[in-house]
Order: sequence, then C-alpha cells, then structure tokens
Amino acid sequence: MASEAAAETAAKPRGGRLCTICNTKRAALKRPKTLEQICKDCFYAVLEDEIHRVIVDNHIFKRGERVAIGASGGKDSTVLAYVMSELNRRHDYGLDLFLLSVDEGITGYRDDSLETVKRNEIQYGIPLKVVSYKDLYGWTMDEIVKLIGLKNNCTFCGVFRRQALDRGASLLKVDKIVTGHNADDIAETVLLNILRGDIARLSRCIYSPNAYRGFAREFIKDLERIRPRAILDIIKSGEDFRIATHTKMPEQGNCERCGYISSQKWCKACVLLDGLNRGLPKQGIGRTRGLDAERNKDSRETNGTQSLQSKQCGSLDF
Amino acid sequence: MKIIRRKKMACNSASCESGCYKDDERPVAANGNASNPRRGGVNVPGVCLKCKINQTIAVTHPAVAGSAGEGGRFCADCFRSNLLGKFRFAVTSNAMISPSDNILVAFSGGSASRVALQFVHEMQQKAQKNFDASRERERVLPVFGVGVAYIDETTMCAEASSEFGEAANEVELIVSNLTPPTKQFLAIPTESIYSPELAVGRDSLKRLGDVVRDLTGKEDLNKHLRMLSLQKAAFDNGYNKIVLGTCTSRIACHVLEATVKGQGFSLAADIQYVDARWKVPVVLPLRDCLSEELNMLCSLDSLKTVEASQQPRAGINGLISSFVKLLQEENPSRESTIVRTAGKLTPFSFNKTPEVDDPNERLATKRRQKKYNLKPDKSQPPESFCLVCSSPLKKSNTSGLNGLALEETSAVIYAAACSSCQYQILPKDTSSMEHFLSLLPQSITTLAKDSSDSHMFLREQIQDLLLSDSDDGT
Repeated sequence: MASEAAAETAAKPRGGRLCTICNTKRAALKRPKTLEQICKDCFYAVLEDEIHRVIVDNHIFKRGERVAIGASGGKDSTVLAYVMSELNRRHDYGLDLFLLSVDEGITGYRDDSLETVKRNEIQYGIPLKVVSYKDLYGWTMDEIVKLIGLKNNCTFCGVFRRQALDRGASLLKVDKIVTGHNADDIAETVLLNILRGDIARLSRCIYSPNAYRGFAREFIKDLERIRPRAILDIIKSGEDFRIATHTKMPEQGNCERCGYISSQKWCKACVLLDGLNRGLPKQGIGRTRGLDAERNKDSRETNGTQSLQSKQCGSLDF
Repeated sequence: MKIIRRKKMACNSASCESGCYKDDERPVAANGNASNPRRGGVNVPGVCLKCKINQTIAVTHPAVAGSAGEGGRFCADCFRSNLLGKFRFAVTSNAMISPSDNILVAFSGGSASRVALQFVHEMQQKAQKNFDASRERERVLPVFGVGVAYIDETTMCAEASSEFGEAANEVELIVSNLTPPTKQFLAIPTESIYSPELAVGRDSLKRLGDVVRDLTGKEDLNKHLRMLSLQKAAFDNGYNKIVLGTCTSRIACHVLEATVKGQGFSLAADIQYVDARWKVPVVLPLRDCLSEELNMLCSLDSLKTVEASQQPRAGINGLISSFVKLLQEENPSRESTIVRTAGKLTPFSFNKTPEVDDPNERLATKRRQKKYNLKPDKSQPPESFCLVCSSPLKKSNTSGLNGLALEETSAVIYAAACSSCQYQILPKDTSSMEHFLSLLPQSITTLAKDSSDSHMFLREQIQDLLLSDSDDGT
C-alpha cells in the first residue's frame, strides 16, 4: 500500500504538474477563480457542477417549465446554451429549452452572431426563435439611428433589447428566461451604481449599456490581476450593503400603453417609441425629474396633432 | 456667451435641446462662466461667484488655482469661508466639540489634517477669547482642550527612518506655533501599542510585516495598528475625542476599497461624521471637503505641511487611488457622488456622538437632531467586531473556515475576524497562526481570549469544520 502511494506521487507525467483535483492527468490551466491548477476535464466538471449547485440550491427551476435562453451568439450565451442543455439532460431537470435571439436590425452587426446562434440550435438541439425590433416596435436600429443620430442610440438599443427578450419570451409563452450574465458583469454593475449615485439600484441590478462601463471594466480587469476573488467580493459587498427597507424604490406597476411592467405611467420603450413616432428623438433621454415628470409630459403632448413623421408601431400589447 | 444652468434649475421638458445639464455626470462648469441659479443672470469671468466683488483665485493666485473649478469660481475669502462653513456644519450638526472636551487632533503632516488642525485651533482661539472677555460673569463656558498627535512610523518602514525623525521635528515646530492656547504634542511610535515592552514591540512589528504576505493586507494591517496607537495615546493622555482630517476624496477611495474587499456590510460604519465604536470616539469634521480644496487652502494661506511621510499606496489600495484620480479628472464631482451614494447606506448605532448624562446636553441633542433632520437611531448595536480591523461583523462569519487546517483556538480566532482580514491578513494554518498571534500586541490577543471565552455559539458553529488530532490535514 505504502509503496503504491509512493509510486503514484513520485511518478509525474513529463513536462508538468498534476491536476490538483483528480491527481492523475496533467494540469492544463490555472483556474482564474481559485488559481487551482487543473486538467481540462476537471475544469469542465467543476464549472458544470458549480452551476448545477447554484440551480439546485436556489430552486431556480420546476419540472416541465418552458425556459428561454437569451442567446446573443457571444461566448457567454453559447456556454449558457451548452451548459443548460447538458445539465438538463444529465440531471434530468425536465425543462423545455428554447434559444431566444434578438435582431436589432443593424446591418452587418448581428449577421455573424445570428449564424452562431443557428449553429448552437443544431449543435445542442435547442429550437431557436428570433425576435426583431421591427416586429416588436416597428423600427430597426438602422432606422432609429437615421432619425436620431449616433449620440443617444445606445439608450434606445438597450431599452429595446431588454424588453425584446421579455416580449419575445412572452410570445413564446415561456416561464423563465436565463441569461449569461457572469460575475464580472454583476461586479461591474455594482461598481457603476456606486460611481453614479444610484442607491436603489445597488441591490437591484439593471443592465444598460454605458460608456462608463469601459472605465469600470478596465478597473475590474486590473483588480482581477492583483486578486481574482475581488470580483466575487464586490458581489458579496453588493449583497451586504445596509440599505434601509424604506429607501425609495420605484413602485412596480404596469405601462398604460402596452401593459409591460413599469414603475412609471408608461414603460420606457413606449416613451421612446412615442418620441420616435412623433419625431421627438430626445423624448425619454436623460434623467426624468421624478415620478410626475412623465405624467406631466404625456398629458401635455397628447393634445398635439399627429406628426407627419409618425410611423405605425408594431403590436405592443402585452 | 453660453448660458449653462446647473442641474436644479434645468427645464422640465425632457425633449428640450438647449443643452441644459440634466445629468449629474456632466462636469460642473470649470471656467467661471457659470451663472448662479439662485441669483439669476450671468457672471463676469474672473469675478467671485459668491461675493461678486473680489477676483477669483484663478486671477489673484494662478499658481494655486490648479485644475479644479474652485479656482475659477471663488475669490480667496469666499473659498476659505466655504471650507470653514463645511467644517462648522459638520462640527455643529454632530456636536463634535463640546466645551468640556479634550480633543486630540491626529496630524500626519499632510494638507487635510493640517487644515483640520488649523480650523480646530481657530475655533479654540475664539472660545478662549470669549472666555477671557467674560471672566467677570459667573457662568462661563470652559474652553475645550486640544492636543496634537503625530504617528511615527519609523519602525514600519526602516528605509525612511531618518526622514521620519526630521518630519516629527518639523511637525512639532508647526504645533508649537499654534498658540495661544498651547497644545500638547505627542509623537507616537507605532510600537507604543506594545508598551511597556517597546523593544519587543519594534521587533514584533518588523516580523509582522514579513508574516503577512499580501501587499494590501500589509498596508491595511498598518492602518489598523495606527488607529490602535492613536487610541492608546488618546486614552492614556486623558483625551476624550479624536479628530481626523479624513476628507471626501479619502472616503471615496475607502468606499471602493471596502467594496472590492467584500466589506459591504461594515462600510457604512467607516464613512460617517462620527465613529464611536472605539474607546475614544473618532470624528471627521472635514468629511465634506475635497482633498483638492484642502491642498488649495494650504497653498493660499501658506499653511505649513510636512510631506516626508507620504508613501505611495500599493496593491489594491494603490489601484483604487489611481482609478479615483482618473475618474475625478474626468468629472470633478465624481468623488462627491461616490460619498453621497455610500452615505445613503444605513449607519450603525455607534455612528453618532455618544450622549452625555447631563440633562441639558440631552435637550440640546434633541434640538440639534430636529434642526438638522437627524433620525434618532433605533438599531441594535452589533454583536461583535473584527479582531483585527474592528469592523462590525455580520452574524454568519464562519464560511471562510472551509478547507483550512486549523485546530480549535486558531479556528476561534479566525472566526472572530471579518472575511477580508481572514483572507488578506490572517495566516491559513495553525502553526503560522500561533506565530502570528505571538506577534500581535496584547490588546488584541486579550480581546481574542475574551471573545473565545464568551462566544460559545461560535465554537458550536465551527465544530464540524475542525480537524481532529488524528487527521493529517487537507
């Protein structure tokens, strides 16, 4: 017995250390999260297992649920698609999986990523549904940019995309949406909310594209180089912040125009769309002045006549 | 001329395209051309925004003006009174300084604590004048006492020992010129926390520097030890309050530092005006002042500072310093925004000036709370504090113990520390832990012993994680 153990530890494969988990294969990489040196198979196993644990420990799914996987074609959603289909099969979650992709209508932008998602559909056997801004809102991003220019188009795209995922999922009669947001994204959001002064958002993560992300992203990468666990520590801090329960959180109601969830009279997409249709590209851009601002603005403008540039927007009924 | 209105007065319509500043991300106008929304109208460039009479600092003292907007907005007098106003507001609304107090001002030689020292001195001078003038009358308020503490870090950075000696002398000179009233000067070597065994203390400190591997952990441990030496000096010399020159900029960095180290829970404790968790409460009268403003005041008024002891920060703290500096350059209101956001976190029960038994004082406190709209605190004091950094601990603190090879006493010590100190300061195995504990000052280790005696529940919690004698380890 002793000699076998000795032989095992003494015999190292040529050219490298052993994986610290299985102790048999050669270590192929250093895991960023824990700095462990592990082999390829153990890396897959440990990643998939951690995700499985999160799903199980947090009771994320129920048997038979229809689940849409937000699929952009990027690395995060591709991994997500793979892991969901794999875990669903391996652990028999009993889920009905779909890939949900959004087409913003930006020429040349989505083409490659949509191809990737179509490949994912075939590779993982998950049916794909693409919803386009044109279908949902009556405008493609190209058309929007033609009207409003390149300054605030990110706001439009972000709001529309976030809602597109929800609206598409609703069309598909889906029970849950899963997205590939990772720890870096969440950490970034926590950081941005501190920098920008948004106490209500510190505990409620909202994804929106922002030039600031560049700064924060860079900082997080530098931080990770010094101390990899700092990313998870940021998330922990975000969860632990002492935020008073009476902190003014926006009330959740429904948009009067389309029924989508909204804290204001009209949801953000309707506000923006209304602006587009009336040829008022700045409507909805920038900070609103409190809950009543939207109401006042709307009541003022419904009295006006239809703008010549208005377009028929797609069915928004939710 | 472009009329730029500040955020408060921007028009309501979201579709207005006249370039109103609706977003607090846009930099505040830095060219002295901004109009004052309260008074309406436009300012003449080069003339103080406030008094409209004197020339701005950018005109009278161009060398001092720097890149901040302040130089282009205010004249020297209004700038000074603005800063003094922030100081006075902090002191008054938080009852930081009472006539019967004996205040110890921590002076590092830097510009922030130099301004704190100056303002406290001027306040004391005024109180002294009032006292002298009204000596005939029967009821007269005593003048609060002021002492100055300088922490000598020679032991912790051997390379700069001669520099520190010189710096201490220069600091003492500055303090001796701040009379009347005379102020006691205390030069505190960090090894004083080990007194009376100072030689042992010096040796222990040096070794601690080697035992703690993490660069950021080393820096933070030094910071905690500095506070401990300050506390000891204050208590031993009869002071009942400590004034620090901590400013907005420093707090902004601390907010990010705490966030990235997983200290989101305890963050609120460190950034308020008052921190009374300590034996000697600590107050921050310059909390609302930017470091740039404080630098400018020192230049304007020729307040002498001593720069020798300023060391560049390393590791994570250094990264954050640079990051915040970058953000501040891009938007001069960034530091204030960060502190304002973090200021909305719920403070702890010890984040207010401790109440005195005097019924008059209690009435004054109620009046003050009403005037400044301060909510009386209803929260419970936290159960425990981190052994190393004194952060309030969240209830369940034992998760970090998984996978470590610790026998019982060490595990109890480990569980009595916050997750950040567990990771970056405490050693990870029993023998190193024992060595580490032997190097700490008694004040910390007796705390550890007390906590291990009284926290039986802690023992129960970690029972499953402890290794028995027969195990070989991981």
